[in-house]
This record gives sequence, structure tokens and C-alpha cells, in this order.
Amino acid sequence: MLGTRSEIFSSGGKQKMTSLDQQIIICRCEDLTLSDVRGLIEKGYRTLDELRRISRLGMGPCQGRTCRPLVQRELQAGGVPMKSQSIGVIRPPAMPITLGAIADGSEEGQKDA
Amino acid sequence: MERFNICIIGGGPAGLRAAIAAGSAGAGVLLIDENDRLGGQLIKQTHMFFGSEKQDAGTRGIDIAEQLVNKVQGMTNVKVYLRCAALGLYDDKVLTVLHETKYRKIRAEKFIVATGASERMLAFPGNDLPGVYGAGAVQTLMNVYGIVPGQRVLMIGAGNIGLIVSYQLLQAGVEVVAILEGSPYIGGYLVHASKVRRAGVPILTSHTIMQAIGTNAVQAAEICALDSHWARLPGSEKTLEVDTICLAVGLSPLSDLLWQAQCRLTYIAELGGHVAWRDANLCTSEPHIYIAGDVAGVEEASSAMVEGELAGLAAAKSLGLARVDVDTAMSQAREQLIALRAGPVGEKIRTGLALAQMREDEQHA
Repeated sequence: MLGTRSEIFSSGGKQKMTSLDQQIIICRCEDLTLSDVRGLIEKGYRTLDELRRISRLGMGPCQGRTCRPLVQRELQAGGVPMKSQSIGVIRPPAMPITLGAIADGSEEGQKDA
Repeated sequence: MERFNICIIGGGPAGLRAAIAAGSAGAGVLLIDENDRLGGQLIKQTHMFFGSEKQDAGTRGIDIAEQLVNKVQGMTNVKVYLRCAALGLYDDKVLTVLHETKYRKIRAEKFIVATGASERMLAFPGNDLPGVYGAGAVQTLMNVYGIVPGQRVLMIGAGNIGLIVSYQLLQAGVEVVAILEGSPYIGGYLVHASKVRRAGVPILTSHTIMQAIGTNAVQAAEICALDSHWARLPGSEKTLEVDTICLAVGLSPLSDLLWQAQCRLTYIAELGGHVAWRDANLCTSEPHIYIAGDVAGVEEASSAMVEGELAGLAAAKSLGLARVDVDTAMSQAREQLIALRAGPVGEKIRTGLALAQMREDEQHA
């Protein structure tokens, strides 16, 4: 079971959070701040995939194109060198598509069963 | 499902030249772009290009785009889909796209990924306020749509994009209050820097933004100086009254399709982030996928065009569709790339590319 938002993002008081960090938006799509991200890294989430699964970071409309380089820098600052960072699994679709378009997406001239 | 010899994803300088090269070799080519028109970033480049004559020096970007688009449209074996966004690139050589409102599959023997790069964001309080833009986005707004972003602009980043967009803001009658640069040096060409300096815009090196201030939109920016270790110099804080903050802090290659297709990628700071390994012909670790332009390493339009040509020729050749002069044309393209990357300006890109290039024994036949 996932915890509440404050349970997920609390750092356990180990890292000092300035009020400014709480105002810096890192992932605009999912509304995650710098202190959210730092708190998770502090808690032991050390890959982009882990961060994504616990927080939905990078899973909004922009699919991480805005936040990913910023988070990579935070991971590096948290002790995971850039070179050894994995981007994780990147799946289609690369951008949002409506369910209607998928439903209508059968091949021309033949309906998929 | 439609089938092509070669499908090119992205109709910017790299993709256009790739389409022309592959088309001239007789390949059945599909060129897709998500926008309303071809040309990529060229269509907003109202300034003239540098470099040698071979790379259209002295010509404005938008005119280069027009020449390339005319050529592509004159080729009966090159089909163009606009408003066609790539969604998924699969290892059975299928690409899924959203074309207008239709979700469809396209099959090709070879793909050339020329998706370009995206603008980098900066972490500071207030970075989500309306009025904070990427510099490239501002250039698109002004030069493609004729809209100015605001009246008083703070530019962050004194690389070529920051300098050129600042100048174009001035041309549009917008005040550029200052250009900040975190490093002690101006990254862009001196000729661009001199132009904005002559127009009275201060370029503040070793300076950064601390926060954007405003309730519903940007009303001011707080800036400060940095010491030689990039730490804030206490007491140097200043508040500038601006309604627009433009970020020109670098680009990241748009590699998503390459990740999906499980190409081997590696992080190379000099090339802007994760880029695909490639052989001397710009073929990735997946033999049916080539790369060209900023997605192969953030550089500029001249080298993107030559890379596009090289990838287009190589992809066609791999299908046995070579022009008689293909080997000459390919070695000429390689020589042009070496010339474009020569000298101190090209040092960073040369270092990066050396790390991204497959060794001789790793190359495809």
C-alpha cells in the first residue's frame, strides 16, 4: 500500500529542507518540487524508474522531457554518477494519444479482431 | 500498413537533407514531421549562417529551409506526412504514428531518427510562473507566429541561442534588460555578443537567477553574482523588473524513440546528454536505425544537414539502392563534418563524438 503524500515525500528529517526548495517545481506535469525529489533520493530511491514508480515523476504529458535532466543532476548530487544512471524503461507512446484514436486505429481495409 | 524503404522521423535540417539524399538514391522515402510545415528550427532562423559556402554561409535559415523543402517536394519518390507525430518505434521495424487524428502503423526497412533536441529547464523558485519561457520557444513565438512574449526580458544564458534570441527581441522592439551567464565566459560567438552589447544590453558573466517573483505572472527576477566555485556571492543580490524570463541553458537530445527501440545509448555531457552509439555512417547498435542532427549530439544546423546527407546515403546504400557516386558523396560528407568541427570551437563536440563512436570491430558490415 502506498502511503499518503506526506508519508511518501517526508525525508525523515535527515536532510534540511529550505522553504525555497519546497517552492521549486521540478516536474510540472505531476507537481513535484525539489524537496519532494530530494526527499525521495534521501529515502533510497536511486534510479529514475524507482522515482517514477513511487511519485509519477516524468509520467505526465511531457513524458519527462522537462524534468529528467534536472532529476539526473539531483541523483548525481545524491551520489549516483551521471554515467551510471539508467534512464529506465521508456515505452510508447512518446506523447499523449486519445483512447478514441487508439480505438479507431485498426488497419486500413481490415478490422482487427 | 504502408511500407517504405526508408522512413525519416523529423523534417528539420537533418531530416530534410536525409530525405533528399535517400530520395536521390532512388529509395521510397517517407518523411514525417509533427508540425504544420517542414524546416524544423530553420524556419525561425532569420539570421545568416556562418561557415563555408558549402554549408550555405551567408544564407538565412528560413531561406535554407525553403530550398530544401522545394527539393523534397520535387521528388516523386519522397512522400511527406505533416502533423504526423512518432509514438513508438518497435524492433520489428514498425513505427506507430498519430497522423492528424489517425493512429497508424508504418513499416520501413530503415529508419533515420532526426528528432532534434528539447530545451533545458532550470530549477529556481517561480520557474513555473507564466512569463518563464525557453529561448527557442520565444524565437518560435516571434519569428513564426509574430507574437512578442513581453516588454522587458531577462535572458539566462550567453550561448549562441541566448545571444541571437536577445538580438531578435531587440529587433522586435522588446527591451532586453540583461543577459546572465553562469560561467565566467560568454559561450556564444563574439560577433553575436558584440551586436547585443553595442545595442546597450549588459552581459553579466558569473551571474545567475535566484528566483522569479510574481503572483500570477513574472513581475521581477532576483539575480546574484557567483564566485569561482559557482557559489552565490552574498550581498550581490539585485532585483530586476522584468515580465519575461528566457532560458537559454542548453539542449537535450530527444532520444525517446531510440530508448524504445533499445538502441545502445550512453551519457556524454559534451553532446548534451544520452546519445546513441553509432558507426562512421551514423548507424546505431540496431542495424535498421540511423541518427542525424541534434539527437546524435547537440550541435548546430550546418553539421545536422551534413549528418542527414550522410545517414540518408548510408541507409540507401545498405539497401543496395546506392547512386553510382555514393562512396565519393559519403566521404565528401565526412570531410565536411571534419571541417565544420575543426579548430577550438569544435573541440567539445570532437571530444564527445570520440566517446560515442563505435570501435572498428563493433561496426556493422
